Amino acid sequence: MAEIHVESVRKTFGKVKAVWDVDLTVHDREFVVLLGPSGCGKTTLLRCIAGLEQVDQGRVFIGQRDVTDLPPRRRQIAMVFQNYAVFPHLTVFENVAFGLRMQHRPKDEIKKRVQSAAELLHIENLLDRYPSQLSGGQRQRVAVARAIAVDSLVLLMDEPLSNLDALLRLEMRAELKRLLREIEATTLYVTHDQVEALSLGDRIAVMRDGQILQYDTPLNVYDKPADLFIGGFIGNPPMNFLDGEVRTEDGRLIVRTGGGEIYPPPEASAVLSRLKEPSVLVGIRAENIETLSAPAEDALQATVLVVEPLGSHNLITMQLGPEQIKVNTDADFQAQPGQTIWLRLNTDKIRWIDKASGRALDYDVSPQS
Amino acid sequence: MSDKAKRILGSIPLHVVIIGLCILWLLPTFGLLITSLRPFQDINETGWWTAFLSRRDPEAADRPRFTLNNYVAALVGYRGRKTYAEACLGENPDPDCAGTGLMSPQGMGRAFINSLLVTIPATILPVLFAAFAAYAFSWLEFRGRQLLFAILVGLQVVPLQMTLIPIYRVYTKFGLNGTFLGVWLFHTGFGLPYAIYLLRNFIGSLPRDVFESAYLDGASPWTAFFRLALPLATPAIASLTIFQFLWVWNDLLVALVFLGGTTPVLTYQISNMVTSLGAGWHLLTAAAFISMVVPLIVFFSMQRFFVRGILAGSVKG
Repeated sequence: MAEIHVESVRKTFGKVKAVWDVDLTVHDREFVVLLGPSGCGKTTLLRCIAGLEQVDQGRVFIGQRDVTDLPPRRRQIAMVFQNYAVFPHLTVFENVAFGLRMQHRPKDEIKKRVQSAAELLHIENLLDRYPSQLSGGQRQRVAVARAIAVDSLVLLMDEPLSNLDALLRLEMRAELKRLLREIEATTLYVTHDQVEALSLGDRIAVMRDGQILQYDTPLNVYDKPADLFIGGFIGNPPMNFLDGEVRTEDGRLIVRTGGGEIYPPPEASAVLSRLKEPSVLVGIRAENIETLSAPAEDALQATVLVVEPLGSHNLITMQLGPEQIKVNTDADFQAQPGQTIWLRLNTDKIRWIDKASGRALDYDVSPQS
Repeated sequence: MSDKAKRILGSIPLHVVIIGLCILWLLPTFGLLITSLRPFQDINETGWWTAFLSRRDPEAADRPRFTLNNYVAALVGYRGRKTYAEACLGENPDPDCAGTGLMSPQGMGRAFINSLLVTIPATILPVLFAAFAAYAFSWLEFRGRQLLFAILVGLQVVPLQMTLIPIYRVYTKFGLNGTFLGVWLFHTGFGLPYAIYLLRNFIGSLPRDVFESAYLDGASPWTAFFRLALPLATPAIASLTIFQFLWVWNDLLVALVFLGGTTPVLTYQISNMVTSLGAGWHLLTAAAFISMVVPLIVFFSMQRFFVRGILAGSVKG
């Protein structure tokens, strides 16, 4: 296994900047997820690393070796494709053995490796079948088995679960996580599904318009999104963003928002006080809002609009001043549309976002590698 | 009325039409077959359908109704009025036995072998080259790929007849007239544009992922061609092979120009069976059937490849 290192890579298709000055390092044995909406360049970046696309500029390293100018077959990479890409005219065994045969391994070694890869994926009883006799989930297992059967330095996965139905996807997700922990592969995984990214990755690189916006652990990406876009893209429901106005009263910094006032914690106050403009966006997740049935000093008054019971919790949409806000409550929380409720925002969890740039105020702008 | 009965009734018109068309197409061929099996006196006197009726002419009663003599005569190139066995295999062969025999240039036997010698390479060569070219046009990146492909496809508008004389002159220079090589090259050249076009469309429609995944697994373009493109394109290659084979097998013009009478092929020989006065029907019908044997074998042995389905299951489906 080895490290993947990408240095200021650019790739354009005509006038479209698919990947623009991307730096990325995936440590040895790390599982990194490239996450972004469709068209953000995540698959192009993966294909550049695989060598299926030639980069316009920049270098690609795999385990210290500069592979930028090598064809895919010399990069020692295994890849799982979204459409499985199994060979329809070969049996499952021959499919899994294909890469090994290309390396001219001895027969008994091929057999042993295919067998063990098949066991890891629980397809050992399907080895004699042809792909057309398999279900979608089984074909995807074959594709993964083929990727792990060879001694590749890194494993690339391009939305491997997106063609499976919801239930199967959930099952395969957990299994992939187990498997990749087991084989300790350096993995780069592309997806547009934020739940997949949060549940699988050691780190997540969020991409938009060909650039990496944030590269951090799932928890940090979720709790401390680097900007407006990430907060809105990750999480269900997306982060709430309220207009806020910074002012100082009696030597204390307060933020007027949602028809009330909130009091930022000291560290945030320090950052907010340095703002040139007095306006700021208050980003807060639905679960970091407490609902109160009576007024309190630091609570904002809101009106219930919609109540959606989701089993484990209720999702409530409320009118807060001129804006709407989504709040998670306990499943047994009773509320009627039109009812008045008081909301207390957990100020420690608030993301303060610069209105002009859309970036979080405390966040170091350059993505770390 | 039950659904099933309705369905059966509903399909009756369709079946009537199909069966009607089949009869329309097969009847002349069937007549040809019966004719080829009748003694030539019968052929000259009555229609083929009377072979199944009672005979009116008492003189004909002692002749067999069906015989293979026409086939024997056609194969060895005997054109007399007796049977080949009576005329030529006795103590004193008739004068018109001269030049007959299984390998005689007058007979269908020799022409049959010539036809095979022309057709097999003239089928394999263009199909093979077209497969290479189609793979390159589909999956290899090189400059001018689109333009080159457009030119190749455009070449199909050049009528073969227009090039006969220029190519004949070139062949004369290189001594290729009257050689098999000359005919092979000619058929390869004129078969390639269409063959490349057909195969490129098929190979180009194979899923890209499959090739990319093979490249990542360590396959060179060469390996990917032999291990993936060829087996996956079997249905297209099979149908192309059949078409090219039939085209060359049934071709008269090219063979006439470049091989002529010295190395006659089947089509040439068949056209020689009928004299300008219209005699020799019995030979013509038998010869036609001899020439049909191979196409029939080729067609029936490869027709299952027409059913496309080998690709099922390569990607999500």
